Amino acid sequence: MNQLEIFRFALRGLLANKMRSSLTTLGILIGVAAVIMLVAVGEGSSQSIQRNIQRLGANTLTISPQFSGGGGGGMRTAGGGGNTGPRTQARQLSLADAKALTDRTLAPSVRSVSPVVTASSSTAAYGAASHAISQFVGTYPSYFEAVNKPVAKGTYFFNDDVLAARKVVVLGQTVVAELFGAVDPIGKQVSVSGVPFTVVGVLKEAGSTGMQDADDVAIAPLPAVQQSLSGFGSLSSIVVQASGSEATTAAQSEVTAILNQRHGITDNNPDYRILNQATLQETVSQATGTFTVLLGAVAAISLLVGGIGITNIMLVTVTERTREIGIRKAIGAPRSAILGQFLLEATLLSLVGGLSGVLVAFIGTRFTVAGIEPVLVPSSVALALGVSVGIGLFFGSYPANRAAKLRPIQALRHE
Amino acid sequence: MSAPPAGMVPPVLRVRDLVKEYGEGDAGVRALRGVSLDVERGDYVAIMGASGSGKSTLMNILGCLDVPTSGTYQIDGADVGQLDEHQLAILRNRRVGFVFQSFNLIPRMSALANVELPLVYGGIGQAERRARALAALEQVGLTDRVHHEPNQLSGGQQQRVAVARALVTAPALLLADEPTGNLDTASTGDVLEILDRLSASGRTIVLITHENDVSAHAKRVIRLVDGEIVEDRRQAPVDGPPPRLPAQDPENDPENDPENDPENDPENDPENDRAAAR
Repeated sequence: MNQLEIFRFALRGLLANKMRSSLTTLGILIGVAAVIMLVAVGEGSSQSIQRNIQRLGANTLTISPQFSGGGGGGMRTAGGGGNTGPRTQARQLSLADAKALTDRTLAPSVRSVSPVVTASSSTAAYGAASHAISQFVGTYPSYFEAVNKPVAKGTYFFNDDVLAARKVVVLGQTVVAELFGAVDPIGKQVSVSGVPFTVVGVLKEAGSTGMQDADDVAIAPLPAVQQSLSGFGSLSSIVVQASGSEATTAAQSEVTAILNQRHGITDNNPDYRILNQATLQETVSQATGTFTVLLGAVAAISLLVGGIGITNIMLVTVTERTREIGIRKAIGAPRSAILGQFLLEATLLSLVGGLSGVLVAFIGTRFTVAGIEPVLVPSSVALALGVSVGIGLFFGSYPANRAAKLRPIQALRHE
Repeated sequence: MSAPPAGMVPPVLRVRDLVKEYGEGDAGVRALRGVSLDVERGDYVAIMGASGSGKSTLMNILGCLDVPTSGTYQIDGADVGQLDEHQLAILRNRRVGFVFQSFNLIPRMSALANVELPLVYGGIGQAERRARALAALEQVGLTDRVHHEPNQLSGGQQQRVAVARALVTAPALLLADEPTGNLDTASTGDVLEILDRLSASGRTIVLITHENDVSAHAKRVIRLVDGEIVEDRRQAPVDGPPPRLPAQDPENDPENDPENDPENDPENDPENDRAAAR
């Protein structure tokens, strides 16, 4: 008994009921396409989030004050006078904190420290045009490298500018577009809340990160911003760049030790918060991983339903063709031939469904879905296809076995 | 009735004390109550009986479609009871050709494909298969209906396709379960004529019928009542032609016919029968 002949029988069996076969195939198609598509969308969103995090700068720790304070407030409140605002219980971050972090011996893993003050919603004007900059940052030059903001045109400002508190500024693309349009902004003066700043550079376009426009930003030397906009109060944050991607954890513990000592606190009730880019990335990728698995699971259910559809159809087919099975057995078809024929029918259904599902998914993933560019995961394609064929074999084997086991006379008597 | 002496060809069929029961206990029905039977090579046997006499049960067991409750059964010397599923399939494929009352052709397959089917399961190559199937169809006179599907054929034509399918593997035994039960007179004549010619060419045939007209064509008539053989009558010698063989048959010497015919069926004029066959 030739395999090819069994294949021809199976094909003939399927083609005899085109409508039924195609509907069953459709079930598997939807299942497979859904698995691949949803996993691709999950992967796409995960990658885009990862990219956005990466864009914030690699190997950086962002230290920001924690206003809520810890549980053990009293003592520290008394000692925390100095430069704090009235709302806070705990010590704020100061320039002295930032300076302390640059200590080479206490913090060997730290490459650079950039104290940051932000003046939110400062209005910048150039000529008749004005624009409310959502983020006006005062910092040190190391900030550009730490947060991954290269300059596209002009230059950064330098340490000299910081020391001299020169009123120079590097603008983001959005600000440039709003204020200058097509005019070259380098060397022009903009007034920010009435204080004139000279534009020395334009940042490279960072792109929108979803809710926030990363290009709606202006960066100036720290003392200049403190003088004119934010006042010499506490820092908004300190950006610490670690010496390498492996050093971020070490840097974090060094920074923690220094700050704890300076603020006179323990790990249990810190008055600051360290955002570790690497940990963040890890956490986010874990979260998106869960998300992808969840999507995949939902899709897998539809694949399972498709598989049950195959079982159902094969059961109907076997019942309907019991007599034919009897005839075939009466003229000498061995059990293996009957089993092979019906198994092959089920497998063909699921394989055709699976392959067209992959095709649909390939086409589908070329489109942007809900603002996310799906990324095809090869393993999901293999898995979905494998599972669909497996389903065909598994769910098809029960009816096929039932058909093959029939005694010819039982099958022939069946009406 | 015991085993044949060494060197002697075993009979095509050897059945000993065949019992078949359906159901269990009180509700059980004994369809066969110990049937013993030998069929020699080249014989043409008609098994007769009223419905419920067990003749179909016997036929199904002979065709290896069903298994007996007890008793032994040999085809061509092979003990069917000892065979496993796979060997049974081969036996059904090579040794037995089965013709059913309800034709049992596979729908949506052409006559040719239906006839080829046993050869496909027998593992015979495409070209030889085609040639043998065409030859079998020619034997039953359906050369012009080769590509018709069963629903495009008349009952008689379908049954002739079924006969061709049964013949195509050149089986040792041709079993026909009321082959003419669903046919009109003309088609009945066609099919019986084909069977006569097959018998004349040496094929062993066992058929079931309840019509005397049909059993008159056989060389030997066995009558079953309530699962037991009550009569075993020979109408013509095993190695001779069947009693109603049409005179013009080219394959055989028709000279033997006249003496067999009148003696066994005096009330039936052979001319009438032949006329009905046209």
